Amino acid sequence: MLLRVEDVAYGYGERIVGSGVSFDLAAGEVLCLLGPNGGGKTTLFKTMLGLLPARAGRIRLDGSDVSRLSRSGIARAMAAVPQAHAAYFPFTVREMVVMGRASRLGPFAAPGHADFSSAERALATLGIGHLAGAVYTEISGGERQLVLIARALAGEPRLLVMDEPTASLDFGNQARVLGQIRRLARAGIAVLFSTHDPGHALLCADRVIALHDGRLAACGPAAETVTPALLRQIYGVDVVVAAVPGIAAPICAPVID
Amino acid sequence: MNRETAVAAGATRTNRRIRVSAALLAGAALLMLSVLALAVGKYPVSLADLANVLGHRLLGLPARVPAPVETVVMQVRLPRVVAALVIGGALSAAGATYQGLFRNPLVSPDILGVSAGAGLGAVLGIYLGLPVAPIQALAFLGGLGAVAIVYGVGLAVRRHDPVLTLVLAGVAVGAVLGAGISLLKVLADPYNQLPAITFWLLGSLSSVTLGDVGAVLPMMLLGLAPLVLLRWRMNLMSLGDEEARALGVETRILRPVLIAGATLVTAAAVSMTGVIGWIGLIVPHIARLLVGPDYRRLLPASLTLGAFYLLAVDLIARTAGTIEVPLGILTALVGAPFFLWLLAAGRGRVG
Repeated sequence: MLLRVEDVAYGYGERIVGSGVSFDLAAGEVLCLLGPNGGGKTTLFKTMLGLLPARAGRIRLDGSDVSRLSRSGIARAMAAVPQAHAAYFPFTVREMVVMGRASRLGPFAAPGHADFSSAERALATLGIGHLAGAVYTEISGGERQLVLIARALAGEPRLLVMDEPTASLDFGNQARVLGQIRRLARAGIAVLFSTHDPGHALLCADRVIALHDGRLAACGPAAETVTPALLRQIYGVDVVVAAVPGIAAPICAPVID
Repeated sequence: MNRETAVAAGATRTNRRIRVSAALLAGAALLMLSVLALAVGKYPVSLADLANVLGHRLLGLPARVPAPVETVVMQVRLPRVVAALVIGGALSAAGATYQGLFRNPLVSPDILGVSAGAGLGAVLGIYLGLPVAPIQALAFLGGLGAVAIVYGVGLAVRRHDPVLTLVLAGVAVGAVLGAGISLLKVLADPYNQLPAITFWLLGSLSSVTLGDVGAVLPMMLLGLAPLVLLRWRMNLMSLGDEEARALGVETRILRPVLIAGATLVTAAAVSMTGVIGWIGLIVPHIARLLVGPDYRRLLPASLTLGAFYLLAVDLIARTAGTIEVPLGILTALVGAPFFLWLLAAGRGRVG
């Protein structure tokens, strides 16, 4: 098993946000994390990435305890894709993406020809090779999100952790990112992503886990897990989940009175 | 190799060629300005005489110029030129480093209180009537001590954002040290000590000797080494602590190493010449406008440009008027309008 989360409690400092969380993830699998605002999705991700210490339990990456791995050891296997953000300095897209190679370079080394080739390949994979020379601070939010995914891929990880990759994107870019997640999974990469839209879980995840009140409310295959009952429980609204002819996954919409 | 990577490789080669010629051009400009700075002044020295003095001293050729000419070149001007090159480059490299570490283009090398600490040390030395060498030592230790206190406070407070904590601690400690400097100014003898204090706080290269430069050079090189060697990783540091760690950078090791390097460089510079403001803030900006934000190019560019800038400003300081203008005044007076012009006319990408 690539990633195994065993009975983990997580939080900032003294404050425990959630506990008793267990799940695992295999190569080529897409796992979606659902949960309300402030439900601790980002905190759980940071704990998994080793950026925050687990308050209890264990996170195993390829069998090794994450708390005993070096930063570069973690980053080589598990890459994080943050939400699209504004950088402080106007790096070019190429300079930004090649930073994904840091975990594979010695402390005093600068990226060489092979590293820039990896960066170009990652950009080509995402279909944004033409942006290589553009300035990261001057491209659109959707393009930035794709660049950050390319940066993660440049490090050749086996697991991608994406925190709300569709949050700030328009309709078309959301679909593009979800399609990209499926393609990465076909290439054997495991993807864990969080989202506010249960429809995205149905569209693109193999399995779904849902957080509610600091506990796992559900864990299972997407089609069986994303039910009106679960969505009512975690979001507090009535939801219709319905199959539509011509679409592989059921669609999901809130009931508004 | 597919077409896209082939194109990219071609572009990289062309870029490298451009970069090499730009570096050669910068080196030539620096050399020419140095020669000019050795020749120009209250006592003009012709290029032929200058060549003879340097040939005599460096290559052992027979001397053909009068002794006063040799004294002017070797004892008066050469130390200033060397000091201007070293200090201008050092302060600019430290400024570029701090701006990346603190993800803020408005940060200067004294963000963590180096200048305030060094200032208090030097002012205390002047107040106690100490000779020059102990004043410089006090300034150096004051600078290092101030940053050590700020860093210690930052570690002790342990708030969520370590970078913001450091900046706030720097502001608070700087204010206390500034109060100490003001107090000593009030207590100081207004006829001898106060002018000396004011002059020191505005920075000058006029009394620098080759011995001074030799004394601080090892510390400068020690401080610059990690900045130069780790410069690509500074790109990652400028993305913020959490993102850098997620990308595989041990920020808990890298940040103190870079801060220690930049602090050592700044404290060594300030202890020799007093507080020369603005240069560490403005030169990295100009360098960024010229070569972009990638520290692989930005750091060497800041070093070179800083050396050039301080040499030029010092040349103006000692030739423009009948009395010598303190450097701190000129770096701002020359730098700020130039900076504003760049901001308006340049590509507008500052940060």
